[in-house]
Amino acid sequence: MQISFPVKKAYFLGTCLADMIYPETGLAGMRLLEREGVETIFPLEQSCCGWPAYNAGYRREAMAVARAQLKAFPDPDCPIVAPSASCAAMMRIQYPKLFEHEPDVHEMLQLASRVYELGDFLLNVLQVRYQDQGEPIRVTWHSSCHALRDLDVARHAKALLRQLENVELADLEGEEECCGFGGIFSIRQPELSAAMAYDKIEAIQNAQAARVIVGECGCMLNIAGVMDKLRIPIACQHFADFIWERIGGENV
Amino acid sequence: MSKRLPDPLRERIQAALLNEEQRACRKRVLADFRSRREERFADAAEFARLRAMAREIKRRALHMLPDLLQQFEENAAKNGIMVHWAETAGEANEIIWTLIRKHGGKKIIKGKSMVSEETGLNINLTAKGARPVETETGEFIRQLCNEPPAHVVSSICHKSRQDVGRLFEKKLNSPYTDDIDRLCQSAQKVLRGHFREADIGISGVNFAVASSGALVLVENEGNVRMSSTLPDMHIALMSLEKVIPDFSDLPPLLLLLSGSATGQRAPAYVSVIRGPRGAQEKDGPRQVHLVILDNGRSRILADRELRQALQCIRCGACMNYCPVFGRIGGQAYGSPYPGPIGSVLWPQIQGLHRRGDLPFLSTLCGACAEACPAGIPLQSLLERLRDEAHTSQGVVRGSGSARRPGESVFWRIWELSHTRPVLNTLTGGILGKFLRFAPRLGSLRAWTICRSKPRFARKNLHQMLRKRRNQK
Repeated sequence: MQISFPVKKAYFLGTCLADMIYPETGLAGMRLLEREGVETIFPLEQSCCGWPAYNAGYRREAMAVARAQLKAFPDPDCPIVAPSASCAAMMRIQYPKLFEHEPDVHEMLQLASRVYELGDFLLNVLQVRYQDQGEPIRVTWHSSCHALRDLDVARHAKALLRQLENVELADLEGEEECCGFGGIFSIRQPELSAAMAYDKIEAIQNAQAARVIVGECGCMLNIAGVMDKLRIPIACQHFADFIWERIGGENV
Repeated sequence: MSKRLPDPLRERIQAALLNEEQRACRKRVLADFRSRREERFADAAEFARLRAMAREIKRRALHMLPDLLQQFEENAAKNGIMVHWAETAGEANEIIWTLIRKHGGKKIIKGKSMVSEETGLNINLTAKGARPVETETGEFIRQLCNEPPAHVVSSICHKSRQDVGRLFEKKLNSPYTDDIDRLCQSAQKVLRGHFREADIGISGVNFAVASSGALVLVENEGNVRMSSTLPDMHIALMSLEKVIPDFSDLPPLLLLLSGSATGQRAPAYVSVIRGPRGAQEKDGPRQVHLVILDNGRSRILADRELRQALQCIRCGACMNYCPVFGRIGGQAYGSPYPGPIGSVLWPQIQGLHRRGDLPFLSTLCGACAEACPAGIPLQSLLERLRDEAHTSQGVVRGSGSARRPGESVFWRIWELSHTRPVLNTLTGGILGKFLRFAPRLGSLRAWTICRSKPRFARKNLHQMLRKRRNQK
């Protein structure tokens, strides 16, 4: 899709996890877009990108849900922004493959071409500049697998964090290693998933940061869930929430 | 999911996770492999160029595999190599046993061969009273412990030198030491005796060159060269995808294989075998046999996507980078080929009805595909096999066998509620409320082993934004 500047409007893909568990993150993402003068539309007809079923090996069901999203985001000139690289990767990369031999492949390709991950969209399309309003803080960053390998957008979110003057970004050992979530994997192999998550938490503790920032609600659900159970007082936060807080956005 | 079926894979995983000592050894070895590889391929452009070449060579070879195999067989026969075809693992073992028996073979030595693990050759020969001796140091050690290999390159990546010292003390009666050089000397002393006496040498094959009918064997210790030259009879065993068109295709593959496996610029030994000893030659085997194994690979070859698994050159890079492999090791997979490539290959060879659990043993993080020098899209293939496990229209043997009524119904309901906006809003709200108070059973129980229960929002994003929209 050719984006025309200035960007006047964008669709916001709520993602099922943000919808049910982290709605504040969804709101923060939308406000970051609106702050740049983009009219942000949240179509109530949207549900989920289909990744959970795709990940579990139920393609037919995933494709049906993917098709339903066509109707939710009808305007062919309006980009779709997702606060999660896994949803964005599902739509950008998997939709064209899944529908390769289907009659509606062109519609799906058109849809896929409009999808952006939030950090990528803010940094590279809207070219935001943030003024940090917060107290000095040391945080660390975990790269999600989809952001890192499928879309290569983890560096964009990190670049946004580096714009914040009073934020010290500490290196995380094994930053690029999976946190152990993996969708159905965490249910089928709970002990193994836990072993991976514990190693991630240990690295987070070693980074001696007040918070760990992520760009993916799936990782957040996993990492925050483990830290909460272990009563580790380090907050896990999505970069949309964190940036919104740092630039003086009122509490959502 | 209500019935508790025995789950041998999960049991092996739990045991592996509890073995802290082995985990620590493995972690060290794999980190070493990774850093060597990264040092070797510090030039990303060089790696990308080599990988593109290797992928094209292997793809082209697979595309014309039947022709290449025919060409190879003709040329190999001209060179005096006797070629045998085995459709199944059992047939391969039978052919090899017949060759040994007819030759009156007494002492069998072996170079590391993953295909022989696939056919269960050692177990088979042992059952018939033969005693094949593994001659690669790592393989020799794991054979002493009576364990399967834990990695396609480093069979004993989970053992410390102290472990080996204690093992040699017990099994070889050599005084305890944890000095690696002295341990290797102890092993060599025993192995030299076997090399001297052997009349049968068995090896795998890394590449078979169609245009000249030659076999290429790659190694670091020299044991494969000894196994293929000292005994009177050399029997090589290979799976049919190992054939490449020409010697000119070899350099990028060799560079990638040694670089990805151990970070070496070149393997210490590359043996090119054109046939048995010539009339004027004083050494070399009098007979060279090659057993070419199919074992379901023709079927894999028929599917354009799945076929990519056959591009593998067995460097082990995918396992070195896999976070799952790093934590449980190769033996837990219960497959001769462990790690991501094993989870793609073994379910196709064995059928999904037997090993449909393997494609799910991954977080789909994609580290394997990123590391693979042959450009195999391992993550996509795992995803494809997950679907094959459930669909009735699959092409893999045993497809659809993992379908469980409860799970299918769950995803059907999920589909219904996510394709109808009205239902979605309704179920979203209800689900959120329900899960806040849900008992920790089934999936929620698995999730909460190490995590708190997810806190569902009182008002989901849809509800919040509907309100906002109405206020406007």
